[in-house]
Amino acid sequence: MNIIEARGLGKRYRGTWALRDCTFALPAGSVTALVGHNGAGKSTLLNLLTGLIEPTEGTATVLAGEPAGSPAALDAVGYVAQEAPLYQNLTVGETLRVIASLNRRWDQRRAEARLAELGIPLSRRVRRMSGGQQAQLALTLALARRPRLLILDEPLAMLDPLARFDFMDTVMSAASQDGLSVILSSHVLAELERVTDHLILLSRGRLQVAGNVRTLLAGHRVYTGPAGQAAELAGRLPVVHVRGDGDRARVLVASGEEAGEPPDGWRREAASLEEMVLGYLREPGAAAYPAPEEVTI
Amino acid sequence: MTAMTAPAAGAAASRARPVPWRTLAWVSWRQHRLALGAVAALLAGVCAWMLVSGLQMRSALASFGLDSCTPLTASSCTTQETVFINDYYPGAQVVIGVLTVLPVLTGALTGGPMVARELETGTFRLAWTQGCGRTRWLLARLVLAGVLLAAGAAAVSAVFSWYYQPMLRLGQDSPLAPQVFDLRGVVFAGWTLAAFAIGVCAGALIRRTIPAVVTAAAAWSALLALAVFWLRSHYQAALTGVGLVNPASGTGQGTPWILTQWWIQPGGAPASQAEIAALSSRLRQAGGLPTPQAVQQWFAEQGYLKYYTYQPAGRFWHFQLIEGGWLLALSVLLGAATIWLIRRRAA
Repeated sequence: MNIIEARGLGKRYRGTWALRDCTFALPAGSVTALVGHNGAGKSTLLNLLTGLIEPTEGTATVLAGEPAGSPAALDAVGYVAQEAPLYQNLTVGETLRVIASLNRRWDQRRAEARLAELGIPLSRRVRRMSGGQQAQLALTLALARRPRLLILDEPLAMLDPLARFDFMDTVMSAASQDGLSVILSSHVLAELERVTDHLILLSRGRLQVAGNVRTLLAGHRVYTGPAGQAAELAGRLPVVHVRGDGDRARVLVASGEEAGEPPDGWRREAASLEEMVLGYLREPGAAAYPAPEEVTI
Repeated sequence: MTAMTAPAAGAAASRARPVPWRTLAWVSWRQHRLALGAVAALLAGVCAWMLVSGLQMRSALASFGLDSCTPLTASSCTTQETVFINDYYPGAQVVIGVLTVLPVLTGALTGGPMVARELETGTFRLAWTQGCGRTRWLLARLVLAGVLLAAGAAAVSAVFSWYYQPMLRLGQDSPLAPQVFDLRGVVFAGWTLAAFAIGVCAGALIRRTIPAVVTAAAAWSALLALAVFWLRSHYQAALTGVGLVNPASGTGQGTPWILTQWWIQPGGAPASQAEIAALSSRLRQAGGLPTPQAVQQWFAEQGYLKYYTYQPAGRFWHFQLIEGGWLLALSVLLGAATIWLIRRRAA
């Protein structure tokens, strides 16, 4: 079962395509990192998945075929928008009651337990809370709805490093306990490597990389060797990106062990997620989408 | 297999049992209770003011003997009437002035921020991604606030009708005259509802609170001006009369709403203003005449007749229903347009 499916998905704003030709699928239970430069179309993609905006072309479905934004989709998709918008004039307790009243499914005990754990009293005004606490409250609201898919737009931006760790911890334990699927966009690659099993990389509104992280990493290697021979290497192997390091070059290659023995003078090693992502971010023309499992498009 | 059937069952359940309107209404109330409370306080204050000055007006009416003076056209009555009108009409005009801006003050200030503030602060991303969906979310608050505002306006309008009754009985204004007509019957609630709906729709279009309120106030005022100065006189074909300007004055039937008037000279051609002014000054030099009826009579003897087009006061409820009807239709239409707007362009 695919928790998210996008087919030819595109969104145009006043003549400019914010997102185009997006086709991918993510299996249920996956934790997906959505990365890309500012303006690459990350928020547009997430807004399309929540149904906040309508696609200009193509379709987006969630929860095995429910159109994004349909009643069934809204009922089981939790969303924390960028900068975690909340009603600043309400208290935490009132916020819980307001959001509970807007939903069919609500787990008050879970929400209260989590807030107690975080040391956030129900009587506190939202506007008196720090950005980090507001982000935690927004996540609490989304999780109390017992969603099957959680969509997080830049959830870590407002958090300090320790809070980032705690935040991701909550997300991950919810994902493992409830079989929740998660998709989150972020600039912070380091925190993502620890938790994600799928990756979507957008560049200038187009899908550049999509797939299972393990499969992607198995299909990529970093070659280290003489910078002068980098061009020659590119003739033999599918090179994504060459990074000069004095007379040495680090070359990201979109090919795994099946490429055979490395040429003379070159050393081959596994690519880290961060190095692979950075390599693609620097080469917007390159693309890789190994077919993810269970894609039935 | 279970993985395939579970989502279908969940989807079916969510379609069968949506978030109840009762809880949505509570959220609407919780988020707008400050605005609605302020409106209620304002309306209560205006009502209290009208009650107090209405009672004062009635006791003055009794002390002038005007409540029992018949017929009102008798010269003993008109003398008292003039004193009473001089004392109380200016105050009543202030009440009318305040009431005239009340719909836009309450309606646009409640409606303008309703969608605009969510869009401005970004909280629509929170509100519109909840299980109830944005259509039900908006519909709940549109209906709740709309009904409360219209009910409050209807109460104010009822108190005003009572308050202004003495002036209408004395024939001081036509019940169809601008301002008086707007504030009585069902039309006052209609204009309040329209101001609210225009505010909500402007908020969804402009997406900023203050510009939305200002735009809504301007649009509402333009619509009111259009209705008062052009549309309203065309609800039914006007009648043409000749003779007394105020034939029904003091008969309890109510003063007609005069739309246009002109003089015809003895030959049958229209008389110029200068001609009438010259005749009037001749009459004044001769010592004048005590009542308007006598003046009219004198002009008729000279061969001059006054013609006018008018709407009879008896058409009050007919006109009320026409105007109330189109205002309600407009409000519902704007509400539907707002729902269509927020479904289309959210982010």
